[in-house]
Amino acid sequence: MTSQLVNEISIFVLAVFLGFEVISKVPTILHTPLMSGSNAIHGVILVGAMVIMAAASGPLELTLGFVAVLLATINMVGGYVVTDRMLEMFKSRGRPGPGQS
Amino acid sequence: MHLNSGITLLFLLAGALFIVGLHQLSSPRHARSGNLVAAAGALIAILATALILHHATLNLILMALAILIGIPIGAVAARAVKMTAMPQMVATFNGVGGGAAALVAIIEMLMVPRGTSASLLLSISAVFAVVIGAVSFSGSGIAYAKLQELMRGTPITYPGQQPANGTVAAAIVVVGVLVVVPGIGLLGVWVLLLLALVLGVAFVLPIGGADMPVVISMLNAFTGLAVAGDGFVLGLPILIIGGTLVGASGTFLTMMMSNNMGRSLGNLLFGAFGKVQLGPEVAAAGQRSVRSGSAEDLGTLLAYSKRVIIVPGYGLAVAQAQHVVRDLADTLEKRGVAVDYAIHPVAGRMPGHMNVLLAEANVPYEQLKDMDEINDDFKSADVALVVGANDVVNPAARSSPGSPIFGMPILNADQAHNIVFLKRSMRPGFAGIDNELLYDPKTVMLFGDAKDSLTKLVAAVKVA
Repeated sequence: MTSQLVNEISIFVLAVFLGFEVISKVPTILHTPLMSGSNAIHGVILVGAMVIMAAASGPLELTLGFVAVLLATINMVGGYVVTDRMLEMFKSRGRPGPGQS
Repeated sequence: MHLNSGITLLFLLAGALFIVGLHQLSSPRHARSGNLVAAAGALIAILATALILHHATLNLILMALAILIGIPIGAVAARAVKMTAMPQMVATFNGVGGGAAALVAIIEMLMVPRGTSASLLLSISAVFAVVIGAVSFSGSGIAYAKLQELMRGTPITYPGQQPANGTVAAAIVVVGVLVVVPGIGLLGVWVLLLLALVLGVAFVLPIGGADMPVVISMLNAFTGLAVAGDGFVLGLPILIIGGTLVGASGTFLTMMMSNNMGRSLGNLLFGAFGKVQLGPEVAAAGQRSVRSGSAEDLGTLLAYSKRVIIVPGYGLAVAQAQHVVRDLADTLEKRGVAVDYAIHPVAGRMPGHMNVLLAEANVPYEQLKDMDEINDDFKSADVALVVGANDVVNPAARSSPGSPIFGMPILNADQAHNIVFLKRSMRPGFAGIDNELLYDPKTVMLFGDAKDSLTKLVAAVKVA
């Protein structure tokens, strides 16, 4: 087992614990935005799609690579924008007095 | 993949921003900035990637083109869609992400004959990424269709479904092993892809439309794991970090969401097998679960509402909790929430019982609204907080001619965006009948003595 692989496995294991810890207290109103936000985070596959497309050769690989980059971009951009929209209602409001709506 | 230290550190920074951003996404105060922090991490990762690419120009041009087309598609779709279609949007973005992850792994495997090294672990990770990514892709498609009502939401089952799905899954394992052990070649990869797409559809088909949010959360975790798999395949730790964070947090979130529905995940995913699917009314009656919540959770819901209507009842009087409920109303008002009390004519054990009780707690007179004044306001209220009341909000009074309370005018608590019931137990109220509102998907129960629960809510609102 190469040392790079051992490092990668270590990162994986640490990330598993982090993933559980970091969202251990989520109020129910944030379940959907959190799902949407983490959805955007896995849009980072775009990095992988870019790397693989740079090394692609031949029409099949290039076409598949193009599609992969396109889909990954939509995931990433769409994900962050839609999450932001959901979270607009959590903008801190100026504190109106009672009786105002 | 060998990267120089500068690029590696940039990727590390991106990963750190993902961690911070995800953490902030779980707290209402910082959720919006958390999303932006994660987005900044993504941007840094992309820029670092651009710095290491120095291959054929045609490839880079096509790549840039794909990105430039993808940005407006993603941004416009996300902005233009109606708020009520949000879950479908998340399903769509998740699905395409899964598709991308599967494709990346497939392309890598296509490159193997050309001399890309194919160690055992790399092959296993690639097969994993293809399968999980494809399942997420097609599964998300079905989830989208059910939510968008392009297909019926009731579970789709047929005789022999479970063995059929099991066979597909087994076939995937077999083909996967054959692909990993050299010999079967590229054909195996395409077969694997096809089988995985079929499994994704078959897996989501028997799950009810109302359970789609939990399914999407699970598929979200799947896509994360597929991305992590690609991280091993390509030797890119940023994919391992980002993907695993989402895989782990998504799994946890899925378990939380199914707990909230009062059903185990297994029941939700596989419960429909072998059952004759009756019409929706009957199907709903078969699963009597109530959602119960914690005070912290509900305190946050209340604190971030614009309008809360409190419905007091006999339970409030029994617990002598009128002072604490006044305390809660004051705390909410300090946060800019508009609070009113909806007093039903027969709330409590006698007319005026509630008015007297609340006046004793110095609740301002103008906040006490009688039924006719306030009944139309429920539909624009974020939360109807029902404290120890039961029959006065029971929809059976409108809809069930056989019910003892039929014909009694009731408070329209069921029209609020959210309904929170403070109750000691599931025992029926004064009229001795079951209350359908308790089982409504918008309803959350906070079990316990009213005074106790209200005190916890006040504390929770203060820190929300």
